[in-house]
Amino acid sequence: MNHFPEAWGRPRDDVYGAYNGAHLASGMPNQHTQSPIVTGTSVVGIKFKDGVVIAADNLASYGSLARFTDVKRLHRFNSKSVLGFGGDVSDMQYLDRLLTSLDIRENYHSADDAALSAKNLHTYLSKVMYKRRSDFNPLWNHILVAGLDTEEKPFLASVDLLGTTFSSPSLATGYGAHLAQPIMRKLVPDEEAAARLGKEEAIQAIKDCMKVLFYRDARSMDRYSIAVITKEGVDLNEDVKLENQSWAFADRIRGYGTQVN
Amino acid sequence: MFRNNYDNDSVTFSPQGRIFQVEYAQEAVKQGSVVVGVVSKTHTVLAALKRNAEDLSSYQKKIIPIDSHYGVALAGLASDARVLSNFMKQQSLASRLTYDRAIPLGEITQRIGDRAQANTQNYGKRPYGVGLLIAGVDAKGPHLFEFQPSGVTQEMLACGIGARSQMARTYLERNLEQFEGAGREELIKHALRALKESLSQDKELNVDNTSVGVAGVGEDFALYEGAGVAQWLDATFENRGEGAESMEVDS
Repeated sequence: MNHFPEAWGRPRDDVYGAYNGAHLASGMPNQHTQSPIVTGTSVVGIKFKDGVVIAADNLASYGSLARFTDVKRLHRFNSKSVLGFGGDVSDMQYLDRLLTSLDIRENYHSADDAALSAKNLHTYLSKVMYKRRSDFNPLWNHILVAGLDTEEKPFLASVDLLGTTFSSPSLATGYGAHLAQPIMRKLVPDEEAAARLGKEEAIQAIKDCMKVLFYRDARSMDRYSIAVITKEGVDLNEDVKLENQSWAFADRIRGYGTQVN
Repeated sequence: MFRNNYDNDSVTFSPQGRIFQVEYAQEAVKQGSVVVGVVSKTHTVLAALKRNAEDLSSYQKKIIPIDSHYGVALAGLASDARVLSNFMKQQSLASRLTYDRAIPLGEITQRIGDRAQANTQNYGKRPYGVGLLIAGVDAKGPHLFEFQPSGVTQEMLACGIGARSQMARTYLERNLEQFEGAGREELIKHALRALKESLSQDKELNVDNTSVGVAGVGEDFALYEGAGVAQWLDATFENRGEGAESMEVDS
């Protein structure tokens, strides 16, 4: 009989036959998410003198299929911040549950005047995202955090699936980084310009960006959510229709969409 | 014959509904030298009387800075206070790392309260033999919390714990109305006067046995000891007998 430690507590081979370990090792290493499945496209955000405007459309695509047309990708967190999620929708829903439980826990000890600020929230999210990428199991999102920091100043920052953080007077994820950022940068090249920008101009800039994105991003939609965060609170509208479209620039484009000739 | 059968552990109630181990732990707090704390609208001050075991030894540390925004003063078993203060340091650092936020004082107080309570309800554990005053500033302004070995925590306007602290509490109760509007220096004077009330006749506050901790809105928690407290001792007890405490110096 085998008295060596590796046999301790195991069924005896001479009585029960050799253990069949076929189901144990698949011969392949463990794999986690290699690509997102149901995705949301760009999120855009811009700072202005007393707050932040952020927007994202309401589409969740399954590959190139416009699968869900009523998915809200802007999420309010307490009265000081709004998160915009680009990327995998199921990972967004996971993070939403995580942050809801954080908010509930937080509400047990502190009243709203000492609630987690957008900056606190961004730091927390960056740790969550970096932890998951270090486990080789990333949450496939690019997130914008918009709101007010601890000093009640406008705050806008991003964190991506690698845990990379970045902050700027205007930010956009996905296609928006290419198509919307140049438009917003023209308006707010630096923090000083953002500190002068009015609320209505900021909203208009975001609306212009959403229009350009609908024109040129094939994974976008003409229904979107927009939020304005100021000291007065969060003003979130989740069903805005894109207005004043002009497809004149596409006059000669044929073969896409529903036209016949 | 008449031995107390209900004080062997902290999980057994006496028929009168008391838990003796917890009460004994509270006695340990009363053996510690006195510490007081006060808050105003803008500041919070801790003052403590340090003891030395013998003339040749150094003085026991009474105020421990935990994070840049707060510190604690202890009365009771210093070694238990070290366990708690190390825990508080870890939690405070974790808050700064994960949220980039100075931990709210109410939250850290609740956390040590929960830890201490667990020790009064598990077999084989003992309550902490130390009381703490937790003072500092957070997003909601200056705060003072009291922590007891039973796990009870309370927010206080002013508080004194430790040996003969009843005298200090009496002073604090008499002058309560003045604290809220007091400035920094005034609040420190009140804390030192309250501390002095608790001293026995043959003792005096001096630069060796007095510790002061101050935090305020826009001002980090700072610990003052030795020469650092001399100015306040002079300013607070200006009518002290000349030369009574001065050392003999060879000339």
